[in-house]
Amino acid sequence: MARYVLRFGALAYLALLLLVPVGLVFYRAFEHGFGHAWDAVSSHQAVHALELTLLIAAIAVPANTIFGIVLALALVRTRFPGRGLVNAVVDLPLALSPVVVGLALFLLYGRGGWLGGLAGHGIKILFALPGMVLATMFVSLPFVVREVVPVLREIGTDQEQAAETLGASPLQVFRRITFPAIRWAVAYGVVLTTARAIGEFGAVSVVSGRIEGKTETLPLYVQSRFEGFDTPGAYAASVVLALIAIATVVGLRAFHPREETG
Amino acid sequence: MSGITVIDVTKRFNGFTALNDVSVAIPEGSLTALLGPSGSGKSTLLRVIAGLEQPETGQVLLGDEDVTSRPARARGVGMVFQHYAAFKHMTVWDNVAFGLTIRKRPRAEIKRRVHELIELVQLEGLAKRYPSQLSGGQRQRMALARALAVEPQVLLLDEPFGALDARVRKELRAWLRRLHDEVHVTTIIVTHDQEEAMEVAGQVVLLSEGRVEQVGSPRELYESPANEFVMSFVGPVNRLGQTFVRPHDLDLTLEPGAGSAEAMVERVVHLGFEVRVELVRDDGQHLLVQLSKEQAEQLELERGQIVYVRPSRETVFTP
Repeated sequence: MARYVLRFGALAYLALLLLVPVGLVFYRAFEHGFGHAWDAVSSHQAVHALELTLLIAAIAVPANTIFGIVLALALVRTRFPGRGLVNAVVDLPLALSPVVVGLALFLLYGRGGWLGGLAGHGIKILFALPGMVLATMFVSLPFVVREVVPVLREIGTDQEQAAETLGASPLQVFRRITFPAIRWAVAYGVVLTTARAIGEFGAVSVVSGRIEGKTETLPLYVQSRFEGFDTPGAYAASVVLALIAIATVVGLRAFHPREETG
Repeated sequence: MSGITVIDVTKRFNGFTALNDVSVAIPEGSLTALLGPSGSGKSTLLRVIAGLEQPETGQVLLGDEDVTSRPARARGVGMVFQHYAAFKHMTVWDNVAFGLTIRKRPRAEIKRRVHELIELVQLEGLAKRYPSQLSGGQRQRMALARALAVEPQVLLLDEPFGALDARVRKELRAWLRRLHDEVHVTTIIVTHDQEEAMEVAGQVVLLSEGRVEQVGSPRELYESPANEFVMSFVGPVNRLGQTFVRPHDLDLTLEPGAGSAEAMVERVVHLGFEVRVELVRDDGQHLLVQLSKEQAEQLELERGQIVYVRPSRETVFTP
């Protein structure tokens, strides 16, 4: 009996908090027919916003994947002074409000900031793609590291050392032994990083300047439509974001249980 | 193939001295056991020879070559780890072929060699399996084939049977002995089990607290131990004041005789051919005696019975 109560409670909680609101977005988006929704998301601005969002993810995700693997290896396989501090700092983006991240970048690269002089040399960071990529990289940094570190700890160094005694160079050890052992963790981390990169609002909102058709990502587009009383447009774009999210979740499910046993 | 010479090696870990000025010579083609309690430095010594640890001072020679500063991958050693270190994402075949694939040997040669080795370690028919589908004993044989594939100058085994159950361990010991007779590669086996060392190795290096206590054949260690530690590590021992007596060097009689002491039977343990008798003297000292089944039957020992013990052979160590 208690089990059913527990199950029902969990399901009801999920339904109220997640499924109903997201379902409503879908309902509202298609309320006036599929054609309407399609028109809303195929407008020039919407398409540009989607393209920009994907472009940012396409830069930020590979960068954070490579960095994440290198950092995880450094944290688990080497000892260096300040390792504990680095380990803690990696989690900072999870704890820090994205708006604060955006403001920090603003202070650093803005007029009068330490690196504000770059703008004078024709390197535009704020209100342009570089700033938005930096903000996205900042907030999506921890995921690959956090997925890979425990797996590296678990596999230990025996396999790597065995490969070494068999004549493998450090690069061969990584390519043939370490990477295959962590690949599912990396994949899982990439999926989480991608989800975060595509959905990011706060930090990107601050550094982008929100110039319509120029520095407007899809989440920003949703917000601006909503504020402009174009609710059908906002709903339709939301559906696109939700579909990407659903694809991500399906991706997660596909990756995770397929670990080799033993 | 070559012998191994370790000269004055010292290795410290964060202030803990794992190896303290150790020198050992391992003859070419021998099977040598590094024996000692945990923390004695035996695994560290093996890893220094393999190149997986760098010593603070001292040299490691393989044959006549000083390999001290050479990385593990260039030393030509085959290593087997206690927990198999199987490449989990590769089949048995790919595990064994690994060293040859790395060396980019011709495909036909790899195929022939891997086939031979899989046969040598009796894993025919399991080549396409993954390590998770093998038993512990099979995994360790695979690891051995993998180490032998690159035709190592020396074979280093780090507690290779330590994670296996007693029966498999005994089987693999005998099998390793036969394998060594077949391939003759200079082999070092690290173990904390004196029975394993005595059974498998032709030469035993006994270590304690980072130092070599004694080097010799199993028989030399057992019959002429260099000190008290060696004597008590390689077999059970009774201490009588300053003298040490092996349990089978104590004679039991029912009547008192010259030089015999009175004791009471506390426990009789039948282990097939061997019978262990635990005695207690009236001064509270416990003694262990090993008898053959026949001797025990003649004496008809029972708990609480009074018997007389006399050492037939005893050892005294002069400090």
